[in-house]
Amino acid sequence: MNWKKSFKEGVKGGIPIGLGYLPVSFTFGFLAVSGGLPVWVAVLISLTNLTSAGQFAGTNLIIAGAGYFEVALTTLVINLRYMLMSLSLSQKLEQKTGTLARMALAFGITDETFVVSSLRPGILRASYMLGLISMPILGWNAGTLLGGSVSSMLPEAMQNAMGIALYAMFIALIIPAARQSRAVLCVIAVAVAAVCIFKYIAVFSFISSGFRIIAATVIASAFGAWFFPGKEEEGGKTQDGD
Amino acid sequence: MEIERVLICVALMALVTYIPRVLPVTVFRRQIRSRFIRSFLDYTPYAVLGALTFPDVFYSTGHFYSAAAGALVAVFLGYRGKSLVVVAVAAIIAVYVTELIGQALFII
Repeated sequence: MNWKKSFKEGVKGGIPIGLGYLPVSFTFGFLAVSGGLPVWVAVLISLTNLTSAGQFAGTNLIIAGAGYFEVALTTLVINLRYMLMSLSLSQKLEQKTGTLARMALAFGITDETFVVSSLRPGILRASYMLGLISMPILGWNAGTLLGGSVSSMLPEAMQNAMGIALYAMFIALIIPAARQSRAVLCVIAVAVAAVCIFKYIAVFSFISSGFRIIAATVIASAFGAWFFPGKEEEGGKTQDGD
Repeated sequence: MEIERVLICVALMALVTYIPRVLPVTVFRRQIRSRFIRSFLDYTPYAVLGALTFPDVFYSTGHFYSAAAGALVAVFLGYRGKSLVVVAVAAIIAVYVTELIGQALFII
């Protein structure tokens, strides 16, 4: 199969992902602009980050006036999961793939492109991957631009109500996983308990909101890894079935 | 909002988003052996999303009661396995309607 054909095949696989990104990135653009960022900055964030949870959280912190270290560390922690996906793809990718191609396709690794590409039988070609990530990139940025542009046109009550959108999406991401796996449920419970302790108990009030999240994440993930090691095979989301 | 600080933050975010994506596929081409680290990495997204969501979701709208209504709807629909978009839109509507009801009761 030549380069062009496998690229096209990738594009085809990426269309549904790109479409699915539209409403989510619309909400992102909307929230970023109603939080006080210019539309072009919202699009710049989507263009350079191409991720949901990480850029939502990072943008929230920017709007809240957090420091550089806090923004960077929070975003990093949220995006650590990409390491596993990237590792997994590196096992499946054509051996002779050059470093430059690897660097380009790595930019487009998301939860969804990862799942689609790892479910594909056989060896992965860089051309397919580059095609696959093109549509999600387009959808993510188009949605951000649109959401950011209409932000000021919606009535204030509606703007307030949209504040819950991000959290609702987070809930939609974790509840099904928690339902399937008791380990994930326990990890989430520990994380929430830890963050509540840091937030509401006066002794810990010196810890800022970003570091609360990081500390709670490390504690809960370590708890999960300690008490439920290897449970990740059940979730299947970040596994390539090895 | 000072644009210089914002742009530096955006650059930092882009960097720390790209590094976990690019390092393994280019540099470490071997599988992580440690079961602990693999599990740890796998639990991270759930832990971080949980910590980001609760309890902050209850402060995300004008009032606690409307935010709680939205969160309840989201948990219910999430449990039923509805898509991200459906859950988000339903939660927004729930908050909006609850706020309207609340205002009406307050006026009476």
